[in-house]
This record gives sequence, structure tokens and C-alpha cells, in this order.
Amino acid sequence: MKLLEIKEILDCECIAGEEYLNEYEVEHAFGCDLMSDALAFSSHNTLLITGLTNPQVIRTAEMLDIAAIVFVRGKKPDENTIELANKYHKILLSTREILYTSCGILYKSGLKGVTIDE
Amino acid sequence: MNDYPDFLKYHYEVERYDFTRAGEASSAIKARLKKLGLDTHLVRRIAIASYESEINIIIHSYGGTLTLYISADKIMIIAKDSGPGIDDIEMAMKEGYTTASDAAREYGFGAGMGLPNIKRYCDQLEIESSKGQSTTITMTFAIKDMEDEIK
Repeated sequence: MKLLEIKEILDCECIAGEEYLNEYEVEHAFGCDLMSDALAFSSHNTLLITGLTNPQVIRTAEMLDIAAIVFVRGKKPDENTIELANKYHKILLSTREILYTSCGILYKSGLKGVTIDE
Repeated sequence: MNDYPDFLKYHYEVERYDFTRAGEASSAIKARLKKLGLDTHLVRRIAIASYESEINIIIHSYGGTLTLYISADKIMIIAKDSGPGIDDIEMAMKEGYTTASDAAREYGFGAGMGLPNIKRYCDQLEIESSKGQSTTITMTFAIKDMEDEIK
């Protein structure tokens, strides 16, 4: 699914990486506020949906080769986090929907969850 | 002196409680490995294990170092801190067991997944630690042929 499509489906504001919206695509998604949980999977082409907005979210995304992050409940990261996202060419989106609803809407639109490595 | 003469060696300092810079060492390691043209799945596995061990040093130790060793057939990362040691390694290896601070949790860590995640991504893991002593974690990753790696 293209990030441009995700932006429209969740009615997001784009905070960083607008130039990649039409380019980046994701195959699956993962929703959590625990970065340690996110680090338990290693599939690429994944969308991260989270309520956490500190720079460690971008670091985690960088380690996992995650190209795009959706912040839920209208949350927006600070300047440091945005700067880090720009450095690593990440897309940052912000939706007014809560985590549960955001995941539900995307799942219904065909974006499935990641498979955890055993 | 290089303890492993057949390996290229790179050294990274990691400071206690430095959450804002947490991950810089692992980002640098990842960038270095990417440049070598290693398989992306292998690089991702190494980056995740390195990052978890870096976070562990920041959360739990008095400070420490990450050392990256590169040879033709394996990558090794040694995470070493200056204490205070792990009380119970067996418990620390269990998913969900944690002694982390609230500050660590605010950053999305401290869920008791660090060592289990490291184990998940390494080909070989050695932990040397005891109460009151430093901790040394040696993570080894084999460089196999590209076709052995899944994506």
C-alpha cells in the first residue's frame, strides 16, 4: 500500500518526508508504544503506528528499515525527532484517530500485520 | 592492541542515561555494514541486536562500549560495561522480566525484551556477568551466502 493512500485513508497531516509519499510502499504494519516490542520483528516494508513521539521511535525505525511512521491521537513529534526523521529519509504522518481505530481502518483496507520471527 | 587480529575493529562509546543519543553507535555500525554490501536482512539483524545492547548499557549500566569486529566470514559485536552486573542472568533472559527505570519506559524501552531480542537475532550469544562486576555480551553473526538469508 502506498503511503499516499495511507495518508488519505487516515486523513493524516504529513510532518516529514512528503516527497516520498508517492514513492514508498508498505506490505504490513505494526502498532505499539513499546519500541522493544517493535524490535521483536525484523520484516522490512513495514509501517509503524504508535503514540510515542520521541527520537527513539526514529532510531527504532532506522534499525528495522521502517520507512514510515503514523503517530496517533493527533500527536506530533518535536523538532529533534523531525530532524532525525529527515536525516534518515523517513515519512512521518499524524492522524487524529486513536491507535485501535487507526489499525482497524488500515486492516480493513487490506494492510495486514507483520509476522513475528520465531 | 587488537584482541582479534583477523578482524577489522571499530570502537564506540556509550554513556549511562544518555537517552537522547541512544542508538547513535548502532546507527554508525549499521551504516558501516551497509557499505560492505552485506545482505540487508543480516544487517538488520545485527543492527537490532546492537541497538538493544546499546540501550541496555544506557538503561542498566554505569556506561560502556560497543566494539564491532568484521572478518570475512563473521561479524562480532562486543558490548561491555563497567558494572554493576546482572544479578540473575537466567531471569534476565526471560521475556517480560525487567529492572528498568520509569525513564527507560518513557522512551519505549524497559519491557524486558532486550536480551531475549538479542538472542533472537544472533547466531551465537555469550553473556559474562555477575553481581558487582562488569557485563560483557558477545554477539556473533555468520556471514553466509546471500541465498541462505531470507530477504
